[in-house]
Amino acid sequence: MIDKRVETISDAVAGIADGAVILSSGFGDAGAPIELLEAIAKTNVSNLTIVSNNAGEGDYGLAALMKTGKVSRIICSYPISAGSIVFQGLYNTGKIQLEVVPQGTLSERMRAAGAGIGAFFTPTSANTKLGEGKESRIINDKEYVLEYPLKGDIALILAKQADRLGNVIYDKSARNFSPIMAMAATNTIVQVEEIVALGDMDPELIMTPGIFVDRVFVHTL
Amino acid sequence: MTEVLQRHSLTRRQVAWRIAQEIKEGSYVNLGIGSPELVANYIPEGREIFFHSENGILGMGPAPEPGQEDGNLINAGKKPVTLLPGGSYFNHTDSFAMIRGGHIDICVLGAYQVAQNGDLANWATLDTTKPPGVGGAMDLAVGAKQIFVMMDHCTKGGESKLMRTCTYPQTGYGVVKTIFTDLAVIDVTDQGFVAREIAKGLSLADIQAKTNAPLTLSDNYVILEPPELN
Repeated sequence: MIDKRVETISDAVAGIADGAVILSSGFGDAGAPIELLEAIAKTNVSNLTIVSNNAGEGDYGLAALMKTGKVSRIICSYPISAGSIVFQGLYNTGKIQLEVVPQGTLSERMRAAGAGIGAFFTPTSANTKLGEGKESRIINDKEYVLEYPLKGDIALILAKQADRLGNVIYDKSARNFSPIMAMAATNTIVQVEEIVALGDMDPELIMTPGIFVDRVFVHTL
Repeated sequence: MTEVLQRHSLTRRQVAWRIAQEIKEGSYVNLGIGSPELVANYIPEGREIFFHSENGILGMGPAPEPGQEDGNLINAGKKPVTLLPGGSYFNHTDSFAMIRGGHIDICVLGAYQVAQNGDLANWATLDTTKPPGVGGAMDLAVGAKQIFVMMDHCTKGGESKLMRTCTYPQTGYGVVKTIFTDLAVIDVTDQGFVAREIAKGLSLADIQAKTNAPLTLSDNYVILEPPELN
C-alpha cells in the first residue's frame, strides 16, 4: 500500500543534504510552509539555497531558517517587503547571496524544470539589468532572453487537504507557487491541515496529483 | 511645484477616478501595488470589470469587512481582499500566462519615470546599497495589452518624471500607452508626449514647464475636471 504520510515533522524534513536547493511555496504568508521551514532550522544542514517569491517576514518560517545561517543563497522576485528584516540584515552584512528573478520567469523556470523543458525564451527582462549577460534572440521583431529551468532537490508545500497518495487541494490564493514547485523538485514535502480518505476528494478538483508528492505531514492548527 | 500648479493639481483619488472612467466594460485589469489600487473604487456603476491579482485571483473584490479577513485570500500587496461571484483561483504559471500571454487588457502601474517613447522605469532606483526587488513588474510591462501609468507629474523635489530617456533602471521598453498624472492625461505617441486632457486652470505651458521632454497638445484636448472626492 502506498502511504506517503510521515508521523512527525522531523521525519518530514529528514535527509535534506548540505547544499540542497529548496523550493519554498507561498506568496507572503499565504501558502508558506512555516512549520516545515522551522523544522529544517532545527537540523544540522548547511549551505542551503532557497527559492521563494519573498524573503521571509518577521522572525518565523523562512526568516527563522535564514536566521540560523543555514541559507547561503536565495532566489526570489521580491525580497524587499517591509517585514523582511532578517533577510535585509544578512544581505547588508554579505552573509547571503541574492538572485532576483522576475516573478513570471521564476514560476516558468520551475514549470520548465517540472515539465522537462530544456530552456525557453521570454521577452520579460530583455534589455534590462536583470537580462544582462543572458543569451537573447529576436523572434518576430521582438527581443527575448533565454531562461533555464530551475530545479529543486526539495519542495516544501503548504496545502489544505491531502490523501495518503499525496493528491492535494489548496485553499484560495494560498495555491500560488505550490503546484509548480511540487512538480519541479526531486523530493516534494507537503504540509497539510487535513488528511482525507481515498476517494473523498473530487477527482475533478485535485490540484496536484500524488505523482508529484513524496511526503505528507499533517499539521493541525 | 509652483503655487498655480499645486492649486489646480488633482488628488490621487481624482487621478484614480479618471483612470477608472477609461476602463471599458468587460475588461480584465491588473492594478499595481499602491496608488493604482484606488482605481477599483471608482469604476462607474453597472460596468463589469474583472480584476486580476498576480498571486492567482481573477474576480478580486474589495477589502473584507473587519473580522472577515482571510490570510489565504490576499492581493499582490499582501492585503486581505474578497472574491466576487464568478471569480477564480489558479496557480502562478496560469496567473503569469494571463499576464505574459497578453490576456490582461489593461495594467495600471506606478512609475519612477516614463520616457517619451514609452519606456518605463518602476522597479529600481539608483541606490545600489539596497537589495533589488522586481516582483511581477517586468512581466506586466511586456505582457499586458495596454499599460497605463498612474503617477505624480513630478517628484517631491519638483523634478519631472516624464523624460526624454529614463535615467532609472528600465522595466520595459516602449510599453506605456497613457500616463495619468495630477496635471494631465498624456498619451505616448510616435510623436512623443501628447496631452489630451489638462487639469482645469492650467495651460500647456504650465505643464510643459514641468515635463522633461517636448509636450504637444492634442487638437481634441479637453479640460480635465474630476468631481471632488474624499
